[in-house]
Amino acid sequence: MTWEPVIGLEVHVQLATRTKAFAPVAQGYGAPPNTLTDPTILGLPGALPSFNRAALAAALTLGLAVGATIARRCRFDRKHYFYPDLPKGYQISQHDQPLCRGGAIEVWHAGVRTAVALERIHLEEDAGKLSHGAATSRVDLNRAGVPLVEVVTAPVLASADDAAAYLRALHRLVRHLGVCEGDLEKGHLRCDANVSVRRVGTTALGTRVELKNINSFRFVKAAIEHEVARQIRVLDGGGRVERETRLWDGVAGRSQPMRGKEEVADYRYLPDPDLPPLVIGDDDLAAARAGLPELPAARLARLLAAGLTFDDADHLTAEPALADYYDRAVAAAGGLARPIAAWIVNDLTRELAGRPIADAPIDAPALAELVGAIEDGTISGKLGKEIFARMIATGDGARAIIEREGLRQITDVGAVEAAARAVLAANPAQVAQYRAGKATLLGFFVGQLLKASGGKLNPQLASTVLTRLLAE
Amino acid sequence: MDDLLARSAIALAAEVRAGRVSAREVVDAYLARLALTEPAIHAYLAVDADGARAAAAAVDAAIARGDEPGPLAGVPLAVKDLIVTRGLATTAASRILDGWIPPYDATAVARLRAAGAIVVGKTNCDEFGMGSTNEASAFGPTANPWHLGRVAGGSSGGSAAALAAGSAALALGTDTGGSIRQPAALCGVVGMKPTYGRVSRWGAIAYASSLDQIGPMAMTVADAAVTLAVIAGVDPRDPTSIDAPPPPLAPPTVGDLRGLRVGLAREYRPADLDPEVAGAVDRAAAALAAAGAELVEVGLPHTRYALPAYYVIAPAEAASNLARYDGIRFGPRPPADDLDQLYARARAVGFGPEVVRRIMIGTFVTRVDHRAAYYDQAQRARALVRDDFDRAFTEVDAILAPVAPHAAFARGELHTPLSMYLADVFTLACNLAGLPGLALPCGATVDGRPLGVQLLGRPLDEATLCRLGVALEAAVGPARRAPWPPPGGAP
Repeated sequence: MTWEPVIGLEVHVQLATRTKAFAPVAQGYGAPPNTLTDPTILGLPGALPSFNRAALAAALTLGLAVGATIARRCRFDRKHYFYPDLPKGYQISQHDQPLCRGGAIEVWHAGVRTAVALERIHLEEDAGKLSHGAATSRVDLNRAGVPLVEVVTAPVLASADDAAAYLRALHRLVRHLGVCEGDLEKGHLRCDANVSVRRVGTTALGTRVELKNINSFRFVKAAIEHEVARQIRVLDGGGRVERETRLWDGVAGRSQPMRGKEEVADYRYLPDPDLPPLVIGDDDLAAARAGLPELPAARLARLLAAGLTFDDADHLTAEPALADYYDRAVAAAGGLARPIAAWIVNDLTRELAGRPIADAPIDAPALAELVGAIEDGTISGKLGKEIFARMIATGDGARAIIEREGLRQITDVGAVEAAARAVLAANPAQVAQYRAGKATLLGFFVGQLLKASGGKLNPQLASTVLTRLLAE
Repeated sequence: MDDLLARSAIALAAEVRAGRVSAREVVDAYLARLALTEPAIHAYLAVDADGARAAAAAVDAAIARGDEPGPLAGVPLAVKDLIVTRGLATTAASRILDGWIPPYDATAVARLRAAGAIVVGKTNCDEFGMGSTNEASAFGPTANPWHLGRVAGGSSGGSAAALAAGSAALALGTDTGGSIRQPAALCGVVGMKPTYGRVSRWGAIAYASSLDQIGPMAMTVADAAVTLAVIAGVDPRDPTSIDAPPPPLAPPTVGDLRGLRVGLAREYRPADLDPEVAGAVDRAAAALAAAGAELVEVGLPHTRYALPAYYVIAPAEAASNLARYDGIRFGPRPPADDLDQLYARARAVGFGPEVVRRIMIGTFVTRVDHRAAYYDQAQRARALVRDDFDRAFTEVDAILAPVAPHAAFARGELHTPLSMYLADVFTLACNLAGLPGLALPCGATVDGRPLGVQLLGRPLDEATLCRLGVALEAAVGPARRAPWPPPGGAP
């Protein structure tokens, strides 16, 4: 019996607004505990939420980018449960009236462009953070109230690989849109997975298990693969998959039941009476639409069309700032897409050693100038590497360095010939050996000639001229 | 001293502003009265004598400098303990908040302080506003200053009793189903429940968010009107507050009521209505007619659904609002083996029986398998009640109605929850519909207990209620302080 997995993901995306979702309090990572709070964030008696429309703007940007149907009027609901990281005893969320329904996220996976259908995107607030000691647990409410969107896919992902590719695409999308900082270490995106399996060839969905706490993208693939294997083992053994929620333990590499079927949580959703219905106006939509950049999947397709390899195009579109750098360089060079891409992906990336492109030691027009000088034959590619290093050291432009140091490649055949004759004249013994049949000495002469020209000579040209002269 | 206690808040502020009496003298007079009456009345859960004297000194200093001291300069103000006050213990009359000192002021309190009012203390109430007698206070009930063996009403019973006893010149209450108007009627003072959204709820400890409203309680309609003008207005911290022009700061004056139509609803005149309560409504109707208003009979046919709808919606919201009291940050923390046990024990110790009852009802009616039959149905009933009023207000400018089914009753008399809930029958429809309501004294029972009536108005039309209210006040006589010692029995 063969089984196939059916996976849906629920991803919480922190929106990069200046202040929190329902209180005029700054949000940010790493502040001293419980300093980014006010009566609302602390859930103090008498405090009320007031909605930050910057969170709406960010959510609308994402909704429009994925082609979702945007509700023109929706509301906030209270989702009730008791936990010390939830100061009000409920989370403000959206239950039966989400902001966005439908839409899809385009995913490039293994060189193929596909789309993953979404069920909904809704707004909600984040909870605080607990840290557990031996005898006490501590609550930090700095994260409480940070605006989130929950992006829910349809049950359409067919493998852990597909799920991981979708996550990368979503991560890339929200970074491109500027709605999320996308730092996974800081928990800006967090993922739950709904996993079921069914017999190959059938269409009905199997019993689904919700995997929570997949807090790192690194765990997604392992967590899903582990769960799929577990379910198949149960079914093959003649058992039944229980509808349950399991907690993924990334360290141990296994999941634990968290909440069983008999205790399915009833969140007692209640329309939040403190918050009037959320009305989305034409102006809200127009503003969000006007701010939409080129989406990363389309950008990747454009780079492929410009002749880039898939790996280079994929690399460059991973980070919006990196892709922007590439675009600026190509614009400055008036083309040269492939060599510019190669320079960014190889030399510049090596030079950055993990730092963001914002820290690039030379700006995009400067890189374009260097690549242009190589491509138009002003300098050799080999010399280009040296000039690249000198540009970084001095901050000067490539052509300024070339002119100042007289590094322009010698392209005048007459001049090359004169220099080549000088080399041959200085090495009569080797010339005789060559003419006696030792053809491998050509390399020696080329090396001598290049050395004499101070690297300004095209090796190809040097070789051609020397071969001709030696044949005389 | 008695001279100062006899003045309205507006008159007191005028004296203080003119420099004829200092805010400090006013506050001292009220604190002296408070010291005298409080042992028997228990209107206050906390008295801030030092803070009040310091605030009074600040008002006096402002006047000495020639600064504008505000329209309520030097007026001693009692604040219901369901409203947070910066630095002054606020408990909602619940053990679960015992010892909590709020780090912030409710918007209404901040606006009153800015207007020169002096907070003298926090008044007793039913726990989290859930009750109609103040017997549900975790810290003991408030006595009715007119008869110490009788209840002050509730839930804003402490505020009403403080006014009647003369230990405050002005008070704030909150009204979720009649909690300002009913104790005002039982204690013989003026109480106004403003239009929902008229006054910011920022700092009002939530009982039922879609029904709660802070409002003024006072000795005169004019005092209530001026206080409303001070506290009203949109607040960015309360998105349900309404951005509408504030009511006028100038007090309403007695005038001709010709052109105004006042409705009398059949549904508010059940056959078994207490004859003395009915008599008060009749007296008020006659007085309004004599002043020129036209009396019109109106129908509010869905009134019978109001009470059951209220007792689904209010507990549903209460169960949600009170979820934050979990023993982690407030209240007692009994020893427990695990988190769930901590929650259960902290809440069992911290909440009184009426609060527990409403949390359980509210949890029940919002359960996923009950919600459609209870909560959703109640919301439909609520819409019908609101529609009734919308229709009626196409015919009339205000509706005259009884407040409570009875004058102040004996402590312990409403001994079942249901009999307690039924005491709200005339007041809670106003909250369901979000309308303004003004309760004011209208005579007394033969044994000297105050009787009140209420006027219900169109949304944001508190001004018409005040216009009718001052006329009625002029006709039937203003609110009076209870004599001391009280006539109904020595303390």
